[in-house]
Amino acid sequence: MALVYFRGIRTSHLRFPLITPFPRRNGVPFCAMRSLDTQTRTPTDNPKGQVKADASENQPKTLERNTSGFETIIGIETHVQLSTLTKAFCGCPYTYGSQPNTTVCPICMGLPGTLPVLNSKVISFAVKLGLALNCKLSMRSKFDRKQYFYPDLPKGYQISQFDIPIATGGFIDLDLPLEFGGGHRKFGITRVHMEEDAGKLLHSETGSHSQLDLNRAGVPLLEIVSEPDMRSGVEAAEYAAEIQRLVRYLGVSNGNMQEGSLRCDVNVSVRPIGQSKFGTKVEIKNMNSFSAMNRAIDFEISRQVNLHNQGQADQIVQETRLWEEGSQRTITMRKKEGLADYRYFPEPDLPEVVLTDDFVDSILSSLPELPEMKRRRYEGMGLSMQDVLFIANDVNVAEFFDAAVEKGADVKMAANWIMGDIAAYLKNEKLSINEIKLTPQELAALIASIKGGTISGKMGKEVLFELISKGGTVKSIIEKNDMVQIVDPSKIEALVDKVLAENPKQLEQFRGGKTKLQGFFAGQVMKVSKGKANPMLLNKILIEKLNAKS
Amino acid sequence: MPSPIQNPRILLSHCRLHSPFPPKPHPTVSRHIHRPSRPLLRASSAAQQTLSTPTPTSSDILSVRESILSRRKTATEVAGEYLDRLRRTEPLIRSFVHVADEEAVMRQAAEIDGRVERGEEVGELAGVLVGVKDNICTVDMPSTGGSRILEGYRPAFDATAIGRLKELGAIIVGKTNLDEFGMGSSTEASGFQVTANPWDTSRVPGGSSGGSASAVSARQCMVSLGSDTGGSVRQPASFCGVVGMKPTYGRVSRFGLMAYASSLDVIGCFSSSVTDTAILLHAISGYDRFDATSSNIEVPDYASQLVPMDHFESKPLKGLRVGMIRETLGDGVDAGVVSSIQAAAVHLEELGCTVTEVSMPSFSLGLPAYYILATSESSSNLSRYDGVRYGNQIAADEINSLYGDSRANGFGPEVKMRILMGTYALSAGYYDAYYKRAQQVRTLVQKSFKAALEQNDILISPAAPTPAYKIGEKTNDPLAMYAGDTMTVNVNLAGLPALVVPCGVVEGGPAGLPVGLQMIGAAFDEAKLLNVGHIFEQTLQSNGFVPPLLTNC
Repeated sequence: MALVYFRGIRTSHLRFPLITPFPRRNGVPFCAMRSLDTQTRTPTDNPKGQVKADASENQPKTLERNTSGFETIIGIETHVQLSTLTKAFCGCPYTYGSQPNTTVCPICMGLPGTLPVLNSKVISFAVKLGLALNCKLSMRSKFDRKQYFYPDLPKGYQISQFDIPIATGGFIDLDLPLEFGGGHRKFGITRVHMEEDAGKLLHSETGSHSQLDLNRAGVPLLEIVSEPDMRSGVEAAEYAAEIQRLVRYLGVSNGNMQEGSLRCDVNVSVRPIGQSKFGTKVEIKNMNSFSAMNRAIDFEISRQVNLHNQGQADQIVQETRLWEEGSQRTITMRKKEGLADYRYFPEPDLPEVVLTDDFVDSILSSLPELPEMKRRRYEGMGLSMQDVLFIANDVNVAEFFDAAVEKGADVKMAANWIMGDIAAYLKNEKLSINEIKLTPQELAALIASIKGGTISGKMGKEVLFELISKGGTVKSIIEKNDMVQIVDPSKIEALVDKVLAENPKQLEQFRGGKTKLQGFFAGQVMKVSKGKANPMLLNKILIEKLNAKS
Repeated sequence: MPSPIQNPRILLSHCRLHSPFPPKPHPTVSRHIHRPSRPLLRASSAAQQTLSTPTPTSSDILSVRESILSRRKTATEVAGEYLDRLRRTEPLIRSFVHVADEEAVMRQAAEIDGRVERGEEVGELAGVLVGVKDNICTVDMPSTGGSRILEGYRPAFDATAIGRLKELGAIIVGKTNLDEFGMGSSTEASGFQVTANPWDTSRVPGGSSGGSASAVSARQCMVSLGSDTGGSVRQPASFCGVVGMKPTYGRVSRFGLMAYASSLDVIGCFSSSVTDTAILLHAISGYDRFDATSSNIEVPDYASQLVPMDHFESKPLKGLRVGMIRETLGDGVDAGVVSSIQAAAVHLEELGCTVTEVSMPSFSLGLPAYYILATSESSSNLSRYDGVRYGNQIAADEINSLYGDSRANGFGPEVKMRILMGTYALSAGYYDAYYKRAQQVRTLVQKSFKAALEQNDILISPAAPTPAYKIGEKTNDPLAMYAGDTMTVNVNLAGLPALVVPCGVVEGGPAGLPVGLQMIGAAFDEAKLLNVGHIFEQTLQSNGFVPPLLTNC
C-alpha cells in the first residue's frame, strides 16, 4: 500500500532526499548521531539493565571530590516508543531497521488532505502506564498540536498533548543496587502524555546534504515527565532503568535504548546547599545506556560545581548539551534562544479522548504484578536484596522464577540456580530465559532431586546443562546417565575401604599428622564412585575409617 | 447598488431564453435534454410560457440517467455536449484550473455505454459529469488547492468523496478554480486565474468555491463539489444562481480535502436543482474510517424523500415554522437582497409556513470569531507546505532560507496574511485573548442556534449581503471582503447544515443578478432542508436561473 502511494510524491525527493544542509541545531544532531552511532557501536549498557559501577574511572577525580557543599537537582523526560502493531494515526507498521521510507503512507507523510485517526491501542497503553505509575487519569483529555518547522516533521506540527495530559501526579518506587549503597527511593511523576514521533534525518558526512527517513514518523510515544526528585547520576539511571522495567513488565514497549525505544532527556542543575532558588538547568541528550546516563550526569554535575567553585557560575547557561561517549564529556549542542513558542492549540482533527470507568477498571484488573510489587513479595519470601533485585529486574526471569517456585522449588535454591549457572549460560549464549529448553517445572524437579539427595549438587549442574541445551526431564536424564546418588552406607564404606587399601602411603602420612590429605581421600572415593557417592555420607564414613585405626 | 426588483417573475421578460443550453454541435443529438414535464403550482405567466423549458428546475442527473438507460442518448453524447460547452464557455469564465483529458472522459462515458449496451447495471451517477474544487484530492489529476506552492502536485489518493462518486459512475471533468486553499470570497485570490461570473463576466462568481459555482451555472458540468469553511459553497451559489449545500460538519468525510480550518471545513455540493443536490449529497455522505470527525449517523436517501411535484398539496409546507434571522436583514445588507429574501419569506408563507423573526444577538460576534479560529487553524494546517517533501521548492544553502523562500514564493498575499494573523492569535500571551475567546464565542453561537432551532424548524437569511460584485471591487479592502461572509460564518461555527437556493434576481449585469436564500437546519437535518428547498424551488416562478452567458455563447 505504501509503495502505491509513492506515486504522489516527487520521487526525486525520496530517492535522493537532497534537502540542502541543515544547520546543526534544533535537536537534529541528536537523532542523527544516535541513529548513525547505533550502527557501529557495540552496546554499552548492561543487558540486564543494571547500572555498572564503572563511572568513576572516566571522571576527573578532582572534580568529583569538590561536589560537596552542593545539591544537584535532576528531572528526566523519558520518551517511550510504544510497541503497537501500527502507528499512532495510520495503519503503517513500524519495524526498527526497515529500509528507509518503506513503512510510510500518505497519512504519516503528512500529504495534503490526509487526516489522523487515533489507534485505540495507544490509549490503552497510556492508561496502563499511567496506572502503573500511580497517576491520576484524565477521564477527558485531548490532543493538541505542537508547532515547529523541521524537515523530519512532515505536517509542521507534532500531535501531542499539552494542557490536559492523559495521566498526572504519580510516583515510581525503586530500590538502588547494593553496589551503590542500596536503599529505597520514591520519585514523583509529573505527567504522562501521548504523542507521535518524528522521522529521522541522516546527515551526510560532508554536510552537503541530509536524507530524510519517515519510517518513524507517526510512531506512538508516551512522554513521562518526572518531578525534579533525583539527586545523582545513579538515581537518575536507576529511575530510567525502573521505567524500562515497568514498560517491559506492562508489555507496552520493548524499552530498548539502543533502538531509541526508550530515550531520556535529563535536566541537571546544581545549587549551593541551603539555597532555595534552583540553579540554571542544563538539558543533556544522547545517552544510549543507563551507565552512560550515570556518567553523563555525574560529569555534568562536576562541570557545574566546578564552575561554581571557580566563581564562574554565570557560565552555566540554559542550554542543551550532548553526551559524547568517545570523550566522556558533555558538549554544547545549542543555547536556548529564549523560550520556544510552540503555539499549542487543540487538534481539531481528533475528537476528545474520553475514558469510561469500565475501560479503566478493565485495564486496572488486567495489570500484571509490577516490579515494585514483585520485589516486596520476594523480600517477604526471604530472598536477599541482591537476589530480589536480580530476579525482579527482568520480567521473563521473574516469571520463570515464580513458575519454578509455584512448581514447588525451594525459593533460595531456585534463586541461586537462576542467578548462577542459568544466568551465566544466558549471558554467554546471549539468550533470554524464554529461549532455552529448560522449563520452570524441570528446574523445580532438579532442585527437588538435589534436596531429596537423589543426585548431588555437582551432578545437578550436569543435569542442568543438558536440560538447558537439549531439554527433556530431570528424571530421564538421571536415569539415562545412571546418576542416582549412592546413599547406601555399606556401599560407600566398601569404596572407602578400597581407596584406603590402594593408597597405603598416603594413609600412613595422614596418620602421621598430615590431616590435609582427607581431601585427597574424599576425592579418590568420589572418583571411584563416579561422582555418585553422597558427599555427606562419604565424609562421615571416611573420617570414621581414617581415625579408626590410629 | 441595484434597486430591488420583485417579484423575480418581472425580470423574466428580459432573460427569456430559448434553451438553458446553447446549440449543440452534434446533429444527431436532440436539442433538449429530456425533462419530465411537471405542472407548475401557480398559473404560468406569459413569459413563462415562452420559455422552452417550462419547469426549469428539474434534475439533470435524473434526466441524463433516464436518457442513457432508455438509450435515447448515449453517455458519450452527453459527455460530448458538456465538454463542448465547457470548451466554448471556458475562455469567458475560466472556472477550471485543470480540464480532464477529453479522451479519458470519453473513454469513461463509452464504458458506461458499453455496460448499458450489455444490459449490465450502471451506477447511480453513471455518466454524471462532475466538477471538483481543486482543494479536493484526485488521483488522476493535479490538485493544487489553487496555490502556486502545489503547482503540478498530483495526489497519491482520491478523496473519500471522490472515490464514492467514481464508484457510482460519475465522471470528473476537471478541477475548478478557487481562492488559494479556500481563503477568500471571490476566487480572485486564486494563485492561477480569476474566474468570472456567468451572469456578468465583469463580476466575481463568489468564493472560495467560485469555479465550482460558475461551472454549474454555465452548465460546464452537471454538478460540482466545493468546500465550505465560512460560506465558500453558499455565497458563490448565491452569486451564480445555483443550488449550494453546506452539509452538517461530519456528514461528509474531509479525507482528501486540503485542510484550511479543520474544525469548520466541510465538502459541499453545487447543482442546478435541489433534486441533484440531494442525489449528490447522498452519494458523498457517511462515515469514513479515515476521518475521525466524520459521523456514523445514518445517511437518509435524500432524493427519494423529496415530495414529488404532483403530490404537492395546496399548502405543501403547512405547519413548518420558519425563523427569519433579524440580524441578517439589517444595516449593510443590499436592499435588493433584503426584498428578495422578504419575497421568499412571503412565498414560504404561501406554501403554508409560519414565518417569524428570530433575533440572534450573538450573530455579529460570529465574524470576528470565525476569522480568528479559521486563521489560527490555517496557520497550522499550511505548515506542511514547506517545500521540503513535495510542492514547489526554492532551493537554498540553508534550511531556514529554503522554508522562507519556498513559502514566500509559493503562497499568495491573502494566504500569507491569514497565516500571519493565525500565528499571532496562537502566540504565547495572545492565545487567551484571541483563540480562547473566539472559542467561547463559538459556544455562544452554537447555543443561540440551538435555541432558535428549538422554536423553528428552519432558519432563513440571505446567503450573502450583496449580489455578485465587480472583479477588483474589494481586492484592496480585505475587511469589506471579510464582511461579505457575515451571513454564513455562524453556520460553520455551529457546524449546522445550510442550503442555498436561488430565490430572486436583482438588477445588475446584462440580465440581472441572482440572489440566494439560505435555509439553516438542525444538525443532520439535511433531509428537511432539501425537502423545503425542493418545494420552494419547484413552486418558484423563475427561469431556472440560467445565466445569460449560455444564450450568448
